[in-house]
Amino acid sequence: MSCKKDRHLSRIEGLRLEINDSLGHNKAIDSFISPYRDHVNKNLDSVISYSADLYSKGDGELNTAIGNMMADIVFEQAEPIYKSRTGNSIDMVLLNHGGIRSILPKGPITTRTAYEIMPFENSIVVVEMKMEVIDSMLRYLVAAKRAHPVSGLKLWLSDHDKIVKAEINGSQIDSVKTYSVATNDYLYYGGDRMNFFKMGDSMHVMNYKIRNAMIDYFHKYDTISPKRDDRFIRTNDSILLTKADSGQ
Amino acid sequence: MKRRTFIKKSAAGSALLMGGSMALSSFTQNDQTKITILHTNDVHSHIDPFGPEDGRNANKGGVARRANLIEAIRAENPNTLLFDAGDIFQGTPYFNYYGGELEFKLMSMLKYDAATIGNHDFDNGIDGLYAQMPNAKFEFVSSNYDFSNTVMNGLVKPYRIFKKAGIKIGIFGLGIELEGLVIKNLFKETRYLDPIEVATDMSRTLKHDEGCDLVICLSHLGYNYRTNPDKVSDLIVARSTKDIDLIIGGHTHTFLPKPTIEKNSAGENVLVNQVGCYGLYLGRIDFIFDSGEVKPDKGTTIIV
Repeated sequence: MSCKKDRHLSRIEGLRLEINDSLGHNKAIDSFISPYRDHVNKNLDSVISYSADLYSKGDGELNTAIGNMMADIVFEQAEPIYKSRTGNSIDMVLLNHGGIRSILPKGPITTRTAYEIMPFENSIVVVEMKMEVIDSMLRYLVAAKRAHPVSGLKLWLSDHDKIVKAEINGSQIDSVKTYSVATNDYLYYGGDRMNFFKMGDSMHVMNYKIRNAMIDYFHKYDTISPKRDDRFIRTNDSILLTKADSGQ
Repeated sequence: MKRRTFIKKSAAGSALLMGGSMALSSFTQNDQTKITILHTNDVHSHIDPFGPEDGRNANKGGVARRANLIEAIRAENPNTLLFDAGDIFQGTPYFNYYGGELEFKLMSMLKYDAATIGNHDFDNGIDGLYAQMPNAKFEFVSSNYDFSNTVMNGLVKPYRIFKKAGIKIGIFGLGIELEGLVIKNLFKETRYLDPIEVATDMSRTLKHDEGCDLVICLSHLGYNYRTNPDKVSDLIVARSTKDIDLIIGGHTHTFLPKPTIEKNSAGENVLVNQVGCYGLYLGRIDFIFDSGEVKPDKGTTIIV
């Protein structure tokens, strides 16, 4: 058997090493991080508003105070940007229930609160949608039967999950109108199977993260006290009539 | 952990019978050179360790600890290279406050040698990535993103060759398709090229034209896609190409307890590894070269 003088890869060994507290902290690295950490923590923990109560996304079947707050924030914060870019107004907002990642605790609201409720980087987009796409969206909401946060939409279901009222911006849905629906980029791209968004006519990127909209909103108001209301509910005709009579 | 031994070349029947240690002692050893490859992926701005309340990640991770481990390994073997397979950015407020400045500065302090680019590294737009480039004292390699019509033009190399103790180690990078994953507005005119074609080309260039002893692919394609098995992934790259020794992966946050050994298109073994995410683990692959009297049919023993 012949042998040759050569460099030869004789052995490969693979290992996975866990990073845990047995390794100790590298002092140089830790002291380099320290000023950044202090600044971030100080900023995250500074109080920017006050929450009147504890709000959880489990607080209602089809709409919740915290979900209404989220959708209303997107409406209020994105509207001036959308208006200045397109000359049009936002008609409604739809987000997803799963996107609310934490409760809003009673008491001081900090920037960290916004990170906890919205840890993702999703940004606001506005989709122009005609009636057919709006219909798909409503069918989705009826089928999902979840408290997906909405604003500007009124959707009432009968006990048998039939739509008894569907209004956008206080008016019945118009077959010739194009609606501007604000959501986030995750949902636009089919997140939570909201595939109808992509069937919209056009999409406008606001370059405005949901979390930043929350932080800006919290800075604007001293006290946050969102309410559960009748924007998306299950009802029956008698309650419906009572509500209509009382002018709500 | 139970470790297993494999033989890299299928032709090495005799070595297989003798087993790893016997095979090693069966010829004259003049000299051994060990190249140590360390790697992370999908660290996602996790700079501080997880706290005690963080579930299964509790008390794990942390750059300052990783630094100690890397330092110790470098002290043991100076012929060490340190790589990252992308998604350096996004995941903690450090990224939101500093846009990746701290991530790149710390990786520079840890003396990373090269990294490839993940989809989340575009999260502040290609301009946001460009803005942080001065903080990175390590190389970026990507072979299938064509940045020529973007601000990143010239800042990312298709491949890079490192020399350690006379051993040539060729590195190239593969990125995931950005369309549908990242908003176009963010990646702008970055062009995505077919990873298999590019990998075939790169591995040939590195192994045969450049004469590299080792060819390593830094990939952000993802380990594999069970529900979409045709989607290009590290396992598909491994099977469809040859001349790649190691694929260091990312994107799918796959916690591999040990590297996967896959057969390439020439029937040779290729290692695929990925260490989950958030800097919870460091991957280590040692390549041991013998110089001296070598039997031509002798294979490579793989211990994982």
